[in-house]
Amino acid sequence: MTLPRFSAGHAVAPILVFGIGNPSRGDDAMGPLLIDRLAEEQVAGRLKGVDLLTDFQLQPEHALDLHGRARVIFVDAAIGGPEPFGWMAIAPDTGIAHSTHSTSPAELLAIYRRLYGTPPCCELVAIRGYDFELGSGLTARAESNLATACRAIVTRIASAGSSLANG
Amino acid sequence: MASGLETAAHPEQLKRIVIDPVTRVEGHGKVTLLLDADNHVHQARLHIVEFRGFEKFIQGRPFWELPVLVQRLCGICPVSHHLAAAKACDQLVGVDRLTPTADKVRRLMHFGQVLQSHALHFFHLSSPDLLFGFDDAVAHRNIVGVIQDHPDIARQGVLLRKYGQEVIRVTCGKRIHGTGAIPGGVNKPVSDAERAMLRADIGQIVQWAVDAVGLMRRIFTTDAAYHLQFGAVDANTLSLIGTDGALELYHGGLRARDAKGEAIFDQADYRDYASLLREQIKPWSYMKFPFIAALGPEAGWYRVGPLARVNNCDRIDTPLAERERIEFSAIGNGRPVQAALATHWARLIELLYCAESIERLLDDPDIGGSDLLVEGAQRDTGIGVLEAPRGTLFHHYEVDGDGLVRKANLIVSTTNNNQAMNESIRQVAATYLDGHTLTEPLLNQIEVAIRAFDPCLSCATHALGKMPLQIDLVGADGRVLDCIRKGASGDIEAIPAVGG
Repeated sequence: MTLPRFSAGHAVAPILVFGIGNPSRGDDAMGPLLIDRLAEEQVAGRLKGVDLLTDFQLQPEHALDLHGRARVIFVDAAIGGPEPFGWMAIAPDTGIAHSTHSTSPAELLAIYRRLYGTPPCCELVAIRGYDFELGSGLTARAESNLATACRAIVTRIASAGSSLANG
Repeated sequence: MASGLETAAHPEQLKRIVIDPVTRVEGHGKVTLLLDADNHVHQARLHIVEFRGFEKFIQGRPFWELPVLVQRLCGICPVSHHLAAAKACDQLVGVDRLTPTADKVRRLMHFGQVLQSHALHFFHLSSPDLLFGFDDAVAHRNIVGVIQDHPDIARQGVLLRKYGQEVIRVTCGKRIHGTGAIPGGVNKPVSDAERAMLRADIGQIVQWAVDAVGLMRRIFTTDAAYHLQFGAVDANTLSLIGTDGALELYHGGLRARDAKGEAIFDQADYRDYASLLREQIKPWSYMKFPFIAALGPEAGWYRVGPLARVNNCDRIDTPLAERERIEFSAIGNGRPVQAALATHWARLIELLYCAESIERLLDDPDIGGSDLLVEGAQRDTGIGVLEAPRGTLFHHYEVDGDGLVRKANLIVSTTNNNQAMNESIRQVAATYLDGHTLTEPLLNQIEVAIRAFDPCLSCATHALGKMPLQIDLVGADGRVLDCIRKGASGDIEAIPAVGG
């Protein structure tokens, strides 16, 4: 089965940062807020070779957005785990039990592998959040965690960009 | 029509099984079963921890923000909320009839949304149960198992969803948080380039939809006797309907029928919903139980969603879906089909209807028109109703003189299905669990019945670390006898009972 034309995609940047979360659910907004901040860096010319995407949650078709990338960084709020954030490599996971309408990053890579073969290098930045109620704003602790994570991601992208540029 | 398993006579003498939360549904679903010493079921309840903050989130906001704001209520069907709010806002700006371009662009958006939602549900949430069986190993009975064993089916699911998302992007202007529908119309037509891009693959999309319906039809009819009775309950049905009785997802009158298919009301103006429907509160659930007012709470509960819609309509106005509907209806022998698993079949007939409807609209010159907006005199009440993927969705707003929302009422599809879902799990519990030692495959049958409804609640929060499944076996004396926990990553862990 050939992939239809709408899924062929356009020219893509080598690095994709994918912010996951709902802007109106308290600390769940950290994923999309981080994308907003990286977009400001792009406008200022301090961030190059990067595509930015955001959605409420991952879905199977997001596997198509990974195609053609050298590196993908998922950014999501975490209800537990390390503070201010955890940074981990992700591998395709074929043993995971699908439990909700949303898809995990590891599961997305497993879907990608079936569509295209070996997935790009993928990492997950899980920023610790504390309050996820609809209508709530960002908590002060999450704001601090987000700022720290944002600086780390910009630094990592700059480093990765150099290595990608150098082949 | 209700079973006798809603409330046990002596719950204090029974042991309690909890499935918390139910997997592969959105939000937090929990099932409690009360069993006696011989494992006979005396009570079965589905509790969904409904988020109660929708109205508070909306109150005080300017109404013109609503079509964008309400998308944040739900990460699964934001477009349904977007369009329902836009329809309500049409009334708030005094508009009762949109331009042909606005009406058709909105319909195109809606078909894209329903197509991608139905594709997700069938290919990624339900197909593991249907392709592998309810008692397949839990580590295999999931989407990754489908990808491994049926790669073409899984791939079609991904690409159908992607196509639906492309339709949404084209009509909304963005992949998410789009602003396509605005009070009184839409803010953009479909350009020639966009139309050409979507047209290029629609033939393939229709064919995949045909194949998907065929697959589900074969699964269902291969063991029709079993599938017809699994989770089957005699329910009233409610849905929008076209003026000519055709299947209608975006705009129409309300039709309700009883379990025999006899009319309760038909072509009712949905702005009168508050006189047609009532909501009952039960002390054991946060979620209300709507019912048809004329029948009362005991007999008036109803089903919404694909099964209700395909049962309720007289015809479908696209040829391939209509052919499938006729075949589907034949298994009911003149009565509405009431089997829970027939919902999957109906859902795929609708998926095909959406694909054909998109194809038709892409050939319609109106979607590229320039007459986008109608203006009128502001009103203080707006009620928007449409058929979301999971069923009828009501948005009701009242605004003050400054256009700020002073009252909001939303009845989401899953709330409409509350009693119907409860009755289905009681039927399954009484038929398959009663008198048996409970195992994961047996408990999964309860979840299979729930998943057929595709319930979805306050689903935009998905933060990492949620969604474990824990099953507690509690003795008649309240002591936890056994406990199994499934983590978010699918790992199964037996937890020793304290003192046990």
